[in-house]
Formats: sequence, structure tokens, C-alpha cells
Amino acid sequence: MTRFSAFAVVKNALTGHTGWREQWPDAQPKKEYDVIIVGAGGHGLGAAYYLAKEHGITNVAVIDRGWLGGGNTGRNTTIIRSNYLYDESARLYDHALDLWDGLSQDLNYNVMFSRRGVMMLAHNVHDVQSFQRHVHSNRLNGVDNRWLSAEEAKEFCPPLNIRADARYPVMGAALQMRAGTARHDAVAWGYARTAAARGVDIIQNCPVIAIRRGPDGAVTGVDTARGFIGAKKVAVSAAGHTSVVMESAGVRMPLESFPLQALVSEPIKPVFPCVVMSNTVHAYISQSDKGELVIGSGTDQYTSYSQRGGLPLIEHTVAAICEIFPIFNRMRMLRKWGGTVDVTPDRSAIIGKTPVPNLFVNCGWGTGGFKATPGAAHVLAHTVATGEPHSLNAAFTLDRFRTGRLIDEAAAAAVAH
Amino acid sequence: MLLIHCPYCDETLPELEFAYAGEAHIARPLDPSAMSDEEWRDFLFIRSNPKGPHFERWRHIHGCARFFNAVRDTVSDRFLMTYKAGEPRPDLSKLEAA
Ligand SMILES: Cc1cc2nc3c(=O)[nH]c(=O)nc-3n(C[C@H](O)[C@H](O)[C@H](O)COP(=O)(O)OP(=O)(O)OC[C@H]3O[C@@H](n4cnc5c(N)ncnc54)[C@H](O)[C@@H]3O)c2cc1C
Ligand SMILES: [Zn+2]
Repeated sequence: MTRFSAFAVVKNALTGHTGWREQWPDAQPKKEYDVIIVGAGGHGLGAAYYLAKEHGITNVAVIDRGWLGGGNTGRNTTIIRSNYLYDESARLYDHALDLWDGLSQDLNYNVMFSRRGVMMLAHNVHDVQSFQRHVHSNRLNGVDNRWLSAEEAKEFCPPLNIRADARYPVMGAALQMRAGTARHDAVAWGYARTAAARGVDIIQNCPVIAIRRGPDGAVTGVDTARGFIGAKKVAVSAAGHTSVVMESAGVRMPLESFPLQALVSEPIKPVFPCVVMSNTVHAYISQSDKGELVIGSGTDQYTSYSQRGGLPLIEHTVAAICEIFPIFNRMRMLRKWGGTVDVTPDRSAIIGKTPVPNLFVNCGWGTGGFKATPGAAHVLAHTVATGEPHSLNAAFTLDRFRTGRLIDEAAAAAVAH
Repeated sequence: MLLIHCPYCDETLPELEFAYAGEAHIARPLDPSAMSDEEWRDFLFIRSNPKGPHFERWRHIHGCARFFNAVRDTVSDRFLMTYKAGEPRPDLSKLEAA
């Protein structure tokens, strides 16, 4: 793998950019691997990287039904933050934020992590109380988060409409300065390139049809569109398709898959300095480095694998954006798309063991797992390598839906991540 | 936008008139105190979440306000049929042939 550097860029510029090589080989499946990861999103690719880097396990394949990063990783609005209410979540997301900080250097790949601050708007008394509770709880956990008055919020984000007669009045905001955005594709590509350089096979356009188990019940490998591939351990990290893949191993999941949509505007000069989230009206906005406004909405109400969604939701989101930021009234939207997000009853992820020996699962990230990518990948690799969860994901078990020990961010946030 | 047929009003109307209400045919336990933790988990949290035909509940919230059931393909989002609450679960093999 050639290292990227300023010198390499200059050198290639002088030779007409003909010297760049492919970033990872298009691997063909071997007969057997120590570990197979189902799903080449950021989480699966990252787990392969940490398996190789931190646990010395390199006989690994990451298998995807489509192209790598083509699932929710390549479709999300890239909001990264860690100001969650419960101790377990705050620790896990803050761990991810720590890893985001050094990720470009670690991977030698610019993931464009930008700590521009994420501001969450409070539109009513309930929001104010709930966000202030988050701020206090975050402080106790050492997680950055502070309360702003409406005027301070406007100072931080000048396009904001804080007039008292606004359709969605701003009564204050919670601001996490350490939070921000990153370039979604670069995260998938950076992990893929670095994992491949350490010997990991990345196999694309190869749907996993079923997980196969031996007479003792333990995993023996996966049936794919290109035949059977053996594995000592299998980790499923298939986001919206997790229920379907796990069902083939006889495990029924506490998940529902919903459409989640986003859209971007035509590119304009930099006008929007931060990320703003309005959880109450479900409108999320930031400006990409290319200049487009990146706008996210809430999930559609019905389950679906269509990677589409209804126009009424987009209409609602855009209407809200125009109310909250009147300067965007005349902007033209370029395109919209949808992903399929896997939602758990308590809106917290599941990372850990399953009832099937040597089968692991990482799922339930729903509408908010991009921010967790390095953290989730890191603790998933630990769990797969050692057979036991890392202390940071120990609470995120599948079994909590039997014991009742939920991590109820759903109730804490009244949706939206 | 989905167009949904309310079996009570006998009209096909835009999705905006309806509220989705989760998977259908999940029966409330008859004897809750006799249920094991596993049974509670399955009742409260486990969902079939199929990629394909899905039995689900809808409510005609801005119309007659009644709950009814539907079979919808979660890949195409196309409704295969809707039917009144309390009616038996339709036979999928017949539905797909039709
Ligand atoms: C519109 C939208 C906006 C979002 N905004 C944000 C945000 O602002 N901030 C945030 O933190 N999160 C956000 N999310 C959520 C975030 O995108 C996801 O939680 C996260 O990217 C999940 O990563 P992943 O690697 O687990 O999943 P994915 O990237 O979806 O990867 C799963 C992979 O599994 C593959 N797969 C599925 N079935 C099979 C099979 N049978 N065989 C082989 N491979 C299979 C898929 O092809 C896919 O590539 C958003 C999501 C969407 C859709
Ligand atoms: Zn009706």
C-alpha cells in the first residue's frame, strides 16, 4: 500500500496523476476464514481493521451483497456526537469520538472529521427540560455538552430564526463543541484500504444467503451467491438486513427496518458553520465541504426494505428547515435518497454474542450509527477476537430484551439521533 | 406516497390519513402472570421484520379512526390486501398467486 502524503500528491500531480494504483484488490473468496464479517459498511470494515491491527487476526473476509459502503454508511447525513443520556451510551459514543479524533492519521486516509459543533434546538418546555437533563448527565460523565440561550444559539449559528412568533420557536439549545461531521465514503474506503493492506479479503457483490450451523449448533460458515465459505466465527453487521440474515441462523431479532431519507441542495458558498438538529420536528442540517446543504429527516412510519420513502416526509422536513432558517427559502434541492435502518425497541444498539456459538452480531444502530463507527467496530473486534464483550459494549446485549435491562435512549430522547 | 384501502370506508386514500400500528396478529397473552421471561421478550420485542409480505396494522386515523390489517410487500411497498380487524390471517400462497 502506498502511503498518502503531501509529497505523493505533488509527485503525482507532476506526472499527470497516472501513478495512482487501485486502493484494495477485488478479492475472490477463499475456502475458509477464521472470521467472516457479513456487511461491508463502516462497522464491518472497521471491525476487520481492528481484528487485524489489535488482535493479529488477518485471515478475515468482509462480504457484502452490494458494493462496500453502499448501505447506510454511504447514505447518512454524517452527524457525529456523543451527548447521550445513559452512562452506557455516553461511554460508548464518547469512545467513538475519541477514535474519530485520530482516525485520519491512524488510517493514513483523510476522513475529513470536522469538529464544527452540533447544536440541538429546544422548541418547547419539554425539550428545555430534557436537554438540560442531558447536559447535567453528560457533565457527570465527563462528556462535553452545554446549554445555550436562544441568543447564544443565534450567535453560534447566524442563519437561525429565533423570533418569538416563529412557527418553531427556539427556547434554547444544547451544544456539543467536540461533535461534528466526517466524510462518510472516506470512512468506508479508509478502513477498507487499510484492512486490505493487512491481509483482509473484501468480497463485494456477494450476498450471504444463509448462515450455516454444524450438528453441535455452532457456526460453520455462510452460504453465498458464490457458494459455501467456511468460517470459525461469523459476525453479522448488516444494518437493515440483520433480521433476515439472523433468521437464517434460527435467531429472531428485536428489530424493525424502516426507511430513513435525506436530501442535498445545490452547492453554495459556506454559510452554515455547524450542524443543527431539531429532534422535535425531525429536521437535521449541515453544509458539506462541497457546499451542499445536507438535510436529514425522520423515519417513515412503516417498515420497508425499499431504500425509498414517502415524499410527504421530505416535504415536512424541508418546510421545517425553511421555517427555522428562512434564508434557505429559495434553495433548490438536487437529490433525495433513502436507507434502511434497523431500529431496536429501546433505540440502543446490540453488540455481542448470540445464542449460537461463534456467531456475533452488531446491529440496531438505527438512525444514528455512523457516529459510532470507529467505536462499534473497535469493541466488535474485541468481542469476536476474545469471545467476550469489551467493558464498553457489555451492556449492549441481545439478552437485555429478556432480562428487561434496557438502555432506553428512546424514552430519554423521545426519538432521533 | 402509499395509497391505502380502508376496508371499513371501502375507499383508497393517501397514506397521510393513516397511522401505521406495527406487526399484526400478535395476540395479547391470556394469562400474563404465567408467562416466562422468554415469552414476554417474544411478545413485547421480537418482530418478524420480513423482507417481503408483511402482516401489519394500520389505523384510519383521519377517517373512520378504526384499526384494520394489511399485507404489504416490504420490498415494493405494494399492498397485497387489507382486511378488517378480527378476520383470520390470509393465506399467503393464495395471495401471491392472485
Ligand atoms: C438517511 C440516513 C441518515 C443518517 N444520518 C445519520 C447521522 O447523521 N448520524 C449518524 O450517526 N447516523 C446516521 N444514520 C445511520 C447510519 O448511517 C447507520 O447507523 C450506520 O451507517 C450503520 O453502519 P453499518 O456499517 O452498520 O451499516 P451499513 O453501512 O448499512 O452496512 C451494512 C452492509 O451490510 C450489507 N448486507 C446486508 N445484507 C447482506 C447480506 N445478506 N449479505 C452480505 N451483505 C449484506 C449491506 O449491503 C451493507 O453494505 C443515517 C442513516 C440514513 C439512512
Ligand atoms: Zn376508514
